[in-house]
Amino acid sequence: MHDRTIAELARALAAGEVSSVELTRAALDRIEAHDAEYNSFITVTRDAALAEAEAADEARAAGSAGPLAGVPFAHKDIFCTDGVRTSCGSRMLDSFVSPYDATVVRNMRDAGLVMLGKTNMDEFAMGSSNETSWYGPVKNPWDTERVPGGSSGGSAAAIAARLVPGATGTDTGGSIRQPASLCGITGLKPTYGRVSRYGMVAFASSLDQGGPMARTAEDCGLLLGAMAGFDPNDSTSIDRPVDDYRAALEGADVKGMKIGLPEEYFGEGMSAGVRAAVEGAAEQLRELGAETVEISLPHTEASVPTYYVVAPAEASSNLSRFDGVRYGYRCEDPQDVIDLYQRSRGEGFGAEVQRRIMVGTYALSAGYYDAYYLKAQQIRQLISDDFRRAFEQVDVILGPTSPTTAFRLGERSGDPVAMYLSDVYTIAANLAGLPGLSMPAGFADGLPVGVQLVGNYFEEGRLLGVAHRFQQATDHHRQAPAGVSD
Amino acid sequence: MSLSPEEVRKIAHLARLAVTDEQVAAYSGELSGILDFVDQMSQVDTAGVTPMAHPQHATQRLRPDVVTEVNQRERYQKIAPAVERGLYLVPRVVE
Repeated sequence: MHDRTIAELARALAAGEVSSVELTRAALDRIEAHDAEYNSFITVTRDAALAEAEAADEARAAGSAGPLAGVPFAHKDIFCTDGVRTSCGSRMLDSFVSPYDATVVRNMRDAGLVMLGKTNMDEFAMGSSNETSWYGPVKNPWDTERVPGGSSGGSAAAIAARLVPGATGTDTGGSIRQPASLCGITGLKPTYGRVSRYGMVAFASSLDQGGPMARTAEDCGLLLGAMAGFDPNDSTSIDRPVDDYRAALEGADVKGMKIGLPEEYFGEGMSAGVRAAVEGAAEQLRELGAETVEISLPHTEASVPTYYVVAPAEASSNLSRFDGVRYGYRCEDPQDVIDLYQRSRGEGFGAEVQRRIMVGTYALSAGYYDAYYLKAQQIRQLISDDFRRAFEQVDVILGPTSPTTAFRLGERSGDPVAMYLSDVYTIAANLAGLPGLSMPAGFADGLPVGVQLVGNYFEEGRLLGVAHRFQQATDHHRQAPAGVSD
Repeated sequence: MSLSPEEVRKIAHLARLAVTDEQVAAYSGELSGILDFVDQMSQVDTAGVTPMAHPQHATQRLRPDVVTEVNQRERYQKIAPAVERGLYLVPRVVE
């Protein structure tokens, strides 16, 4: 059963072929048996999961279960879970047992999905390799000497290793799409405001967006349908009905669709294997009836430097709440209140988080605001304008997700800027608030390669439809790392 | 753009981060590298461009001014490092 997709599991549950308790117990056993190899979970909630599974089976017997009731999945450990530790991959929150549920957690609970546990991640979602986690790095199931990507690397690895059929992620600069690409799965970052940020530990509030990760576009659509929706508790949530993603997949077609290929995404820096996969995907979509059109997104190169002002600036402000007073890590024996703040934060945060807090503090300090944050917000507008013009010509944009396949553990951890460039193709969608999806499109040297689709605002259904059509015609997404399908 | 160790100490203090001398040495190199990198922004002509406030130009919603939260002090203080009689404890601030 562990090789089945969410859609297949939902059908099996509905047909009574299997119970949720059976599925849940089997998944928990697999995690216990295999996760030492990947380190994809920070917390496994066995007892709560089995209780939720039992409740789902009872609801199904009573005829009151929704279509996803009883399907096991996992939450990235950035979503607050009532009564369950929510660490955000940080020593700062190692002892933090959330007193409330994030809206996404409540929504998925209401849909009857069964949470198996909380997945590993880069500390406070700051990283592209999952090496900044207080709980140690996650290993890529395709090659355990390589990173799974980040920051939602635990979710991506757990799905690739068939420990869970789906999981939540969050994406501030590529943190759903890049690990999806490096682990050979599908991941969607929705339009900014589509999924509630309430109870999702804040990193950069104008960029953060939660979304689904799974093996197929169909499963991502099912999960997104459960996650998304207006939330009065999130001041930037958009009050707009959630599309029927299931309907968007049925009869999805790319015939006559115009797919833009941005010339800036095909320059230097992309590895040969990634280029071949992107070109292969474009060719496949043409065979399915789409037309590819060359377009230009002229401010692409400025997106990474712009992001590394906006994101740290917002992070330095957001993370000021961690003070050692109300919750979280507190240093031993503070001498005075400043010592309490400084040592709690100095000891509670890892190096990458500290670097970003300091970059943000510097960029927002007196006399520098205009040169950094204001300038960055102006470039953001130009990047957004690039996309607006592009979407006057095309329906969706296709390009690489990440410039390379999974890199080796430790390979980039000593050079922050080299690590930042892992997100050169994904960041622009966050800056513009647009939805983006990564889907498997081939392999290079035995490692999966993902390609990215970017759509206009609220066109998650269209992105999922294109990916679904692509996945009907290809089998990249069906490949599994050696041994995990046994 | 190069940050001196003194500047790094000042930023760390503003951010309330205790840093050791070794960390200051490492951070001054790394932060200088990051700031050099973000200085690439200066190559973009932004004259007359309105800074983006929200990707879809949405504005903040207002809601009726009514009480929607109940007091859950005990619940929230259960996870605090140190509390006494409903108050958060910190080292003495005023001598």
